[in-house]
Amino acid sequence: MGCLHIEDVGNDLLAAVSLEVQSGECVAVSGASGTGKSLLLRAIADLDMHSGEIRLDDISCQDINAQNWRKRVGLLVAESAWWQETVAEHMPAIEESNMHALGFDTNVADWSISRLSTGEKQRLALLRLLANEPEFLLLDEPTANLDPESVAKVEALLLRYCRETPAGIIWVSHDPSQIKRIADRHFSLSSKGLEEVSL
Amino acid sequence: MNIISLSAFDLSLAALLVVLLSILGLILQLGITRQLLVAGLRTTVQLLLIGVILKTLFENTNLWYMAIIAMLMLLLAGREVMARQTHRYKGMWGFAMGTTAMFVSTFTVTLLALTVIINTDPWYTPQYAIPLLGMMLGNTMTGIALGLERLTQAAREKRSQIEAQLILGYSGSESVSSIRREAMRYGMIPIINAMAAAGIVSLPGMMTGQILSGTPPLEAVKYQILIMFLITAGTGFGTVVAVIMGSRRLFDGRERLRLDRLN
Repeated sequence: MGCLHIEDVGNDLLAAVSLEVQSGECVAVSGASGTGKSLLLRAIADLDMHSGEIRLDDISCQDINAQNWRKRVGLLVAESAWWQETVAEHMPAIEESNMHALGFDTNVADWSISRLSTGEKQRLALLRLLANEPEFLLLDEPTANLDPESVAKVEALLLRYCRETPAGIIWVSHDPSQIKRIADRHFSLSSKGLEEVSL
Repeated sequence: MNIISLSAFDLSLAALLVVLLSILGLILQLGITRQLLVAGLRTTVQLLLIGVILKTLFENTNLWYMAIIAMLMLLLAGREVMARQTHRYKGMWGFAMGTTAMFVSTFTVTLLALTVIINTDPWYTPQYAIPLLGMMLGNTMTGIALGLERLTQAAREKRSQIEAQLILGYSGSESVSSIRREAMRYGMIPIINAMAAAGIVSLPGMMTGQILSGTPPLEAVKYQILIMFLITAGTGFGTVVAVIMGSRRLFDGRERLRLDRLN
């Protein structure tokens, strides 16, 4: 069991935030747009400059090289980006059970990126991230572009990953009913920082 | 060799053509008359000045004079590289990277040409060193400016793709590799095209000049071939060095894409 410690993490666009997430735990974060939810996740992934300290158990983010850190603390951005022609070129090997869990066949690897729908891209980006087997997941509205059936599949897969690995999740969501379904704790982000709200 | 010296009257006749053109511009309301005349005046003054400087240098072969002139040329070319960038690197970097890359490639290639290939005595004989360095710098400058411009443009346009790779645990160098390759190619293509088209589409200016001043065509051609190779090598190496430095500067020690380092 591990713990992700976030202590006074902030930058010029983000109020300082403190939070602790245990592995096997799913923490939801909501808040009005513009409060910096995405920026918070980017700072935790060490993708933006930030003050404060982030630790995995007792290892500071600064003491691990950045590539390793991002493999262990995996970020899923709201809008996935692709840089090669086909799906397979973007990920080493996808676990078959995960692929089926999100409604894909094994031949999805050969699909070209240009014919993917937004929803397919979003689900494949999640598979791409899970292929790294991160210990903590930072999810920025992972179901925003999905139909209800896919939403249920993604939620089920993520919760299974969370409990079985076990991995910790910080899940940014706007949907109160989704937060009720998935979260163990719920925080609201405002310009004053994070505040716990009851589920 | 017989050089036909041009008199002031000869040049005035040519200048008259430009004046006629400017009058035509006035009639057609092209709005370029002033620009045309100022540019004509600048070309006269600047070239006369450089002529006087070269004359002095040629009469006093001195390593220190040469070194000062060479540094001056390098710094001016470095400034030009920086001026051509739409999104230049902030601080000293914008100037320093292009200048360093140019220094490394053009000075090395020019030195090699002077000491080993042309083998003048002394090796810094201004008559050879200055024109050679000038042509090297002029072309390398263009290659580096194009390469860096392409690099920074692409990094801005493809920010989300680059960051997507960083997020998955790629290094900055890996995530920018295709952009880096493209920028290097971009910087080298003009000089490759120039080599391919030399003699067919256009007669290179240096060769034309030599022939006009009485050098036998085959001698002039040999020099032109030499220059082409030197310029290509200088431009290519310089562009590679500059783009590598530029792409490293896009990331910090934590492998973050730092577009805030560009203007």
